[in-house]
Amino acid sequence: MLTGLSSEMVARTLEHLELVLVAMLVAAAIGIPVGVGLTRRAGLRGPVMGLANVLQTIPSLALFGFLIPVPLIGGIGKRTAIVALVLYALLPILRNTLVGILGVDAAVRESAVAMGMTDWQVLREVELPLATRTILAGVRVATVTTIGTATIAAAIGGGGLGVFIFRGISTVDTNQILAGAIPAAMIAVAADEGLGWLERKLLPV
Amino acid sequence: MSAIVEFRGVGYTVEQAAGSLAILQDLNFAVEAGETLVLLGRSGSGKTTALKLVNRLLAPKGGAVLVEGKATVEWDPIRLRRRTGYVIQETGLFPHFTVAENIGLVPRLEGWPAERVRRRVDELLEGMGLTPGEFRGRRPRELSGGQRQRVGVARALAADPPVLLFDEPFGALDPVTRFDLQQQFLGWRRTFGKTALFVTHDVREALMLGTRIGLMHEGKLEMLVAPEEFKRGTSAEARAFLASLDWRMESDAHRPKQ
Repeated sequence: MLTGLSSEMVARTLEHLELVLVAMLVAAAIGIPVGVGLTRRAGLRGPVMGLANVLQTIPSLALFGFLIPVPLIGGIGKRTAIVALVLYALLPILRNTLVGILGVDAAVRESAVAMGMTDWQVLREVELPLATRTILAGVRVATVTTIGTATIAAAIGGGGLGVFIFRGISTVDTNQILAGAIPAAMIAVAADEGLGWLERKLLPV
Repeated sequence: MSAIVEFRGVGYTVEQAAGSLAILQDLNFAVEAGETLVLLGRSGSGKTTALKLVNRLLAPKGGAVLVEGKATVEWDPIRLRRRTGYVIQETGLFPHFTVAENIGLVPRLEGWPAERVRRRVDELLEGMGLTPGEFRGRRPRELSGGQRQRVGVARALAADPPVLLFDEPFGALDPVTRFDLQQQFLGWRRTFGKTALFVTHDVREALMLGTRIGLMHEGKLEMLVAPEEFKRGTSAEARAFLASLDWRMESDAHRPKQ
């Protein structure tokens, strides 16, 4: 049964978590500020959101493959896998940041401006707090998707739980596939619950 | 008396596909210290646009709006807005701030020490007839419409600005609450002695609160007179507004005798 795999499962799970965590931190660090920037630059919204949409439509296995020959960010291994995961996670984070901020009641925003708040104060004290729920929802969706997509990292030598799945497929070994799939599913459920809890903690209704 | 706000030949247009549309044309008037000047007009008459020119939410396309003698476009907009209190229909409060945080916002932005902000908030809550201990920590959604509007007025008064701007502040309230707040408004005016520019489409409200009434019609100021004189107004627009006021009397007169 799975017992022979257990120590490798722990190592691969940690690897998987590392991929997801780094990718999500980078995606949030890019997606949220760029999303905020797009609320200030209406002209850039179309092109940037279009690009993020196109990235999302590339089949994930193909995207990982495309990145291998790219200099600096490409090659075989973790770094390339993380770049691909970041590109995937960007769209939901960008879109929810944009929608969350643009969705703030116009009267509330106008009165913030009329009170003599600077643009930075309007953003930090009014728009971001009121958009937090929507932005967090985007991060949550992106995280759950990334946990699944990260299994493909193994195809380009990125490690993680996908190693079991690819090995199981090539050796027609269901146990191996399950050794990858079950922990990945459990991480996804736990992440979803955990981020949901954080959302309620930060924003009691 | 000196003018706190002055409109000099102000024009405002918006660009549309069909060409530019004039919202305001050659607007000239002054708001004198201590008065409540009410701009009365229908929807689309340009009265709200005129108000937004004062705190530079909009900039005039022609002429100049002067606040304390200086054109709004020459003011630092942040400084200008902190010197003009602004009250709009009930949606303007910050839903994620407590009542105290809403009222204390401008003083805090102005860098007042926390203790002074707290004292000012309590003083204003008292002035609005809201017990500080009970209301300080509430959120706007935990208030009635009338209470929210009082908090809105307190927020506008907080940093003691020389002029207050009101954009139909009582428009969304039920008639009884509205009347209550209109009466309180007269009391606050005595207490705080503020200069106000007040926009409304309610002729009753204009007659009750205005020391002068400016009638706006299609982007122009048709007349600017004391309330008593307004009641004798002969222009078509003034008569249209006065007729809306007289409806009850007329309908009584036309009701058949029993």
